[in-house]
Amino acid sequence: MRKMMMTAILAIPLFAGTAMAQDTLKIGYIDPLSGGGASVGEVGLKTFQFLADEVNAKGGILGKKVEIVPLDNKTNPQESLIQAQKAIDAGVRYLTQGNGSSVAAALSDFVTKYNERNPGKEVLYFNYAAVDPILTNDKCSYWHFRWDANSDIKMAALTNYIKDTPTVKKIYLINQDYSFGESVRTQAKAMLAAKRPDIEIVGNELHPLLKVTDFAPYVAKIKASGADSVITGNWGQDFALLLKAAADAGLKVNWFTYYAGGTGGPTAVKQANLNHQVFQIAEGLPNLGHAPADAFEKALRAKYDFSLFYPRAVNEMRMLAVAAEKAKSIDPVKVAAALEGMEFEVYDGGKGFMRKDDHQFFQPMYISSFGERSDKEPFDEEKTGWGWKLVAKLDADKTVLPTTCKMDRP
Amino acid sequence: MLELIVISTLNGVLFGMLLFLMASGLTVIFSMLGVLNFAHASFYMIGAFFGFQLSRWFGFWPALVIAPVLAGALGAAVERYGLRNVHKNGHVAELLFTFGLAFAIEEIVQMIWGKSPVDYRVPASLDFPAFTIFSTNYPAYKMFMLLVSIAIFAALLVGLKKTRIGMIVQAALTHPHMVGHLGHNVGRIFMLVFGFGTALAAVAGVIAGPALVTQSNMAGLLGPILFVVVVVGGLGSLPGAFIASLLIGLLQTFAVSMNGSLASVFGPLGPGHTLLADIWNVTVAQIAPILPYVLLVLILTFRPMGLLGTRET
Repeated sequence: MRKMMMTAILAIPLFAGTAMAQDTLKIGYIDPLSGGGASVGEVGLKTFQFLADEVNAKGGILGKKVEIVPLDNKTNPQESLIQAQKAIDAGVRYLTQGNGSSVAAALSDFVTKYNERNPGKEVLYFNYAAVDPILTNDKCSYWHFRWDANSDIKMAALTNYIKDTPTVKKIYLINQDYSFGESVRTQAKAMLAAKRPDIEIVGNELHPLLKVTDFAPYVAKIKASGADSVITGNWGQDFALLLKAAADAGLKVNWFTYYAGGTGGPTAVKQANLNHQVFQIAEGLPNLGHAPADAFEKALRAKYDFSLFYPRAVNEMRMLAVAAEKAKSIDPVKVAAALEGMEFEVYDGGKGFMRKDDHQFFQPMYISSFGERSDKEPFDEEKTGWGWKLVAKLDADKTVLPTTCKMDRP
Repeated sequence: MLELIVISTLNGVLFGMLLFLMASGLTVIFSMLGVLNFAHASFYMIGAFFGFQLSRWFGFWPALVIAPVLAGALGAAVERYGLRNVHKNGHVAELLFTFGLAFAIEEIVQMIWGKSPVDYRVPASLDFPAFTIFSTNYPAYKMFMLLVSIAIFAALLVGLKKTRIGMIVQAALTHPHMVGHLGHNVGRIFMLVFGFGTALAAVAGVIAGPALVTQSNMAGLLGPILFVVVVVGGLGSLPGAFIASLLIGLLQTFAVSMNGSLASVFGPLGPGHTLLADIWNVTVAQIAPILPYVLLVLILTFRPMGLLGTRET
């Protein structure tokens, strides 16, 4: 009872808007807007707002304006569920979230149960960045769609690249202590053992998520291990501070990362003077030379002064529009059906598809390195003067991995 | 290995000294006013944000002086117009007051500077490696942090033990009425001590801000560990707080550098004991963040007055 009252009280400010909400399509954006994840959460929010503006400028989705409702979850699963309930009570039928697979697992579970109990009021959960493979394997849900490549797909691509780089001999693994970090390190170990058994894993570390303020002790350990390369799935301040500590200590190794491009990352890399020694696996990057993407990048930078870190968010929003038009409705059930198996020309060029079996989106993937630019790389990052350079590309069909998902369909 | 030990020692001492800067203020305030100031870490945060803002306007060095003075004045005002009135209602009211104050400060900081980290940089004049040991650079700024902390510790010790002001302050600790009868304004002494304590925390904030992260949840991250320092050292004991700070700094840093687990000592368990196997395979590095709290529990169990504390709590 008390919980219900709390929810009701929390929802009052949102209710005020529901009277005129009939002609808007609200997307609840649940991500950290405070604490250690705030830097990435805010960039994500502005990216989605920019995308909403783009859709609205073209007349919206089926004539309805898209509105992004920001909800701060403090990277906390429990808080996320409160925010999700709050959003749903205010008429939100689409939720999107990305930072933190622990949060994603909780949300996916919540949405699945909610839809079971509230037929006719279904909610869809669009995951744009939480990459724990379990979300599209054992814990898959019909109501969850993921636009980012999962951690295994990224690790497969990274290890393929490392396989052909003979200078890499000793690797140190450092990751955040939760489901995603755990899956990065186990996959890195397994895949390296299969592809390059001669590589020695000289360290395998987990550290608390978004709580470490000084990585100097960890960097001292990496240095002492004699590693020539580091693999890390760290994101948010955990990546920027790790690199900052490495820069302070003068640690010079290769970094194979998932999120070096996140806020503060490029600045830290430049300070560490790691010219083309930091690699990132992602579904896109500036400097690919794809004209529509370049135009988008320019417009985004002109408005917000940051570069596009989430090409997948662009795909998500545009595919939502296409799916709704195909279904001739913004009803989540119909949109979900339209999204299943959908093929789509992705933001950075090339074909992607939403696999029906597990709702994992497959798309071309790119490995890039960060450093000094030539004429071919017009875009820099965070005013460092350095930019991303493509080193390897995988087409969507090369990234397909099997799934263990057994989905309950409505 | 030697390299790791030397660097870890340096890092541990540095972290320990920063803790001490904050804990010293907390412990002085506690021993004088009997108030366990839950908002102490918030003044550390205020110091960092003031330092950030002032260094934008005037440069780092003026900020290093002005920010703690401002934060100290704020602290003194809190004592004069807040705590002193609350004091009438007893200790619980005081505790709740400072508890609420911590939240209020966090909200205000978020309103002014936002929720994401601010770009507080190490001043250019200190942005270079001080020396290189075994091919690892040690940043000059960290050396500077260490020196400031040591200097303040020395000044504090001399000030409290050797000067007239120190004597009055110490006397006011145990015999406030006697000090009052001798013609000293005990109320004002309390206010100044509170202000001074918060200014110390702010100094730590100004110098730690650029090296760590300056954001609105930094107080929340450091608050709990401060209490560990104060309790382990012995409530009200300055040398105790010093030893406990170093102990905890070194403990955490060295724990991070250790890979040992029960499994590596006693051999891995066979499959089937999944729950046990988890505990068995956790490394010392992974539990580093909770070690100070383990220490807290042990101290409270076996030596409740703390390492150098004199009174039973």
